[in-house]
Amino acid sequence: MSIDMSQFHQVFFEECFEGLEAMESGLLTLDMGDIDSEIINTIFRGAHSIKGGSGTFGFTVVAEYTHIMETLLDEMRDGRRKVTQPAVDVLLGSVDCLREMLTAIQNEQDVNNASVAKHKKALEVVLNGGSMTEESAPIPVGQELAKESVAVNIVPDIAEEESVELEEQGWKIAFCPYLDLLKTGNDPVRLFRELNELGELTTIANIQDIPGFYELDPEECNISWDLKVVGDISGDEIKEIFNWVEGDCEMEIEPLAKTKIVKSAPAVQESHPEPAVTISNNPVPKPVEVKSKPVQEAKKPEVQDNDNEAAKTTAKASSIRVDTDKIDTLINMVGEVVITQSMLGLVGENFSMDKVGQLKRGLAQLERHTRDLQQSVMNIRMLPISFVFSRFPRLVHDISSKLDKKIVLKLVGENTEVDKAVVELINDPLVHLIRNSLDHGIEMPADRVAAGKPETGTIELKAYHRGGHIVIEIIDDGRGLNKDKLLAKAIEKGLIEENNLLTEKQIFELIFMPGFSTAEQLTDISGRGVGMDVVRRNIQSLGGNIEIISELGKGTTIAIHLPLTLAILDGQSVAVGDETYIVPLVSIIESINITERMLNKVAGKGETFRLRNEYLPVIRMREIFNVHSGNPTKSKEGVLVVVEGQGELCCLLVDELLGQQQVVIKSLEANYRRVEGVSGATILGDGSVALILDVPGLVRFSTR
Amino acid sequence: MAQEAENKDTDQYHYSKNLDNAVQYLSFALGKEEYGVDILRVQEIRSWEPVSRIPNVPCYEKGVVNLRGSIVPILDLRERFNLSKAEYTPLTVVVVLQTGDSNKTRIMGVVVDSVSDVISVDKTEIQSAPDFGAKVSNEFINGLVSVNERMVMLLDVDKLLKLEELDQDEN
Repeated sequence: MSIDMSQFHQVFFEECFEGLEAMESGLLTLDMGDIDSEIINTIFRGAHSIKGGSGTFGFTVVAEYTHIMETLLDEMRDGRRKVTQPAVDVLLGSVDCLREMLTAIQNEQDVNNASVAKHKKALEVVLNGGSMTEESAPIPVGQELAKESVAVNIVPDIAEEESVELEEQGWKIAFCPYLDLLKTGNDPVRLFRELNELGELTTIANIQDIPGFYELDPEECNISWDLKVVGDISGDEIKEIFNWVEGDCEMEIEPLAKTKIVKSAPAVQESHPEPAVTISNNPVPKPVEVKSKPVQEAKKPEVQDNDNEAAKTTAKASSIRVDTDKIDTLINMVGEVVITQSMLGLVGENFSMDKVGQLKRGLAQLERHTRDLQQSVMNIRMLPISFVFSRFPRLVHDISSKLDKKIVLKLVGENTEVDKAVVELINDPLVHLIRNSLDHGIEMPADRVAAGKPETGTIELKAYHRGGHIVIEIIDDGRGLNKDKLLAKAIEKGLIEENNLLTEKQIFELIFMPGFSTAEQLTDISGRGVGMDVVRRNIQSLGGNIEIISELGKGTTIAIHLPLTLAILDGQSVAVGDETYIVPLVSIIESINITERMLNKVAGKGETFRLRNEYLPVIRMREIFNVHSGNPTKSKEGVLVVVEGQGELCCLLVDELLGQQQVVIKSLEANYRRVEGVSGATILGDGSVALILDVPGLVRFSTR
Repeated sequence: MAQEAENKDTDQYHYSKNLDNAVQYLSFALGKEEYGVDILRVQEIRSWEPVSRIPNVPCYEKGVVNLRGSIVPILDLRERFNLSKAEYTPLTVVVVLQTGDSNKTRIMGVVVDSVSDVISVDKTEIQSAPDFGAKVSNEFINGLVSVNERMVMLLDVDKLLKLEELDQDEN
């Protein structure tokens, strides 16, 4: 084939994953009683385009699989088949399976055949009889694992055997020696013998080229062969054998029947843990106490799975889809800049003082255009938060059925835009928080009814912009945090003193303390092995913060504030000696001109400043950064910048405020290393480098 | 850079006889001592320009500069090797070096007194550095070579520039 198809692979995979997402959300919104044919159409279209695409690219495994799905969907679409919950669940499982297959192919790994075969069986069972709907064990909603177990129940052994059969693999070799192969001392028979050692060899000789007996030259090789070797052999091993005859023949080596790129995979790979199967076979509601343990066991491998995937996905080059509108704006903007530039060029060519006004106007225009241009470029990186949110309906669906809880997820503000980097990094913390709400926030239906609440719990996931930030809130109407319990736990763990008076906010903050989250029940949140402290650290590393509002019995709201972008920051530049530092504007509460007298010494060393009846610690930037240059102010004419870091107020004493500006954040770690109290660097207008202060880090650093 | 290229030409002329085993080094001076770094690690040679100081780091880490949009740290080799300090003059030179392994490369500048030459060294002529015991640390020195009766110490760029990570661990 002359066209290199692999260049389109990336696009194909992206489309597939989008299609899968669409199918998933479609399946989740399918209402049993009242079938919306438009939704089924959407799902069908998704499956169809995946089938078509994978056929084109030669991923026959995927195409074959999708074909079965399509058949099922087609019958549903035509109304020949009823849409039942079990069928939907099987389809959801298939979506997962497809996703797994595609990820494997994308990462050039082996497709997990066993799992594919199982899903296929489950599909076929639904397709052929659907008898299982009533008689066999009811399938727990939305658990792909469950489907597997069902498949195993119904066709216990065949699935396993078939998967083995499918795993036929090896190489097809078209070996066509030149006439003078034998003269070089090579003997095809010897080659075949070596091949036979590698695996089971089948040879077909093409003898049609052999001339008549009288024309035959015994020193010429007129036979060509079609060889098939079966076994777990790498291409290199084959090539090694043919190494000697490379120049003396034409040959083609290709994997056996391309459809079976699949190499033998251990029957069950990481993805399908045993314990989960045991639960799903046992769908009869049981008291939570009994269930909670296996559920957690089941989760752990899943987490591993996610992590693996994350690791893989970060490795590949990422691309982004941009609205044509955004690009058009950008092109317009560039046009404007070019016009302004040529206008300025004209002014500059024959410059005389009477043109100063024109020059100034031009420069002002240029400034405005540059700012607009910057904004639209940044806009390209902005993605709607729905990229993250869209995964959660499935998560909630799966977990709530696993926990026998009734939970509705409401998404609000999915179109709020946020930087791509933030979108990528916020996913894990959000998953963790939502699992928390599902697991510990929302009560069992019976408990809810007893508490006078509707049986179905609600989790609201909400995103909106506020002042250069994006705020993501996770609101549940569950049982809320129990302050007394939290306090008791913290005292027991020795995290706080017994008689400490804590504000409500401080008590809730306790659950972010490392070591606190690994306690039992109440705080053993969702059992992912990552505590809330990790969640908070992740969010802080994105330059955001997280806060909790909770009322016992009413529910909990967790609000995450994040900067819209990680690339640009609004900063206040301050002077310390003759050095310039940037304080992120978001962390500044206010700035105050002070004199020495306004500071109070504490124990001769520390200093505090009284701001409206509150004593705040003062950090002298000169001292903490060992600045010796410039004229040392004895805080006679210093400026106190009141900043907030990790919920604590504190004052930075600097020499002077210089000005506010947007700065482009540059990594200090790229070529250097992390520096205490500094979150990054930027390049100022004069080309010099200024450090950006890491306010929470500074507070920590100073208290050490 | 032009100067560098010129040097290369003359050197190739002189040492062409044993090019197979030859490795080229950029040699530079620190006081009276002469050092060499693998020329393939040298990204560019710049004149000294003021740096932005980094707070609370060892004194030989002078600070960072803006090198066409990336933030590049500058180390003072004199201070790194505990030699007497020298005033920075317009003739003071910063050699920008690349280091790192396959998955991450970083660039870093080192301040030296002056760049002297590009030398071609026959690999077989490189002698290992003698052990000075605890008196003199030879951890960065890959080997010694003599060029026109002068001794040139060949530096291991990776070790030289990796050091700060050790410092970080200590912190």
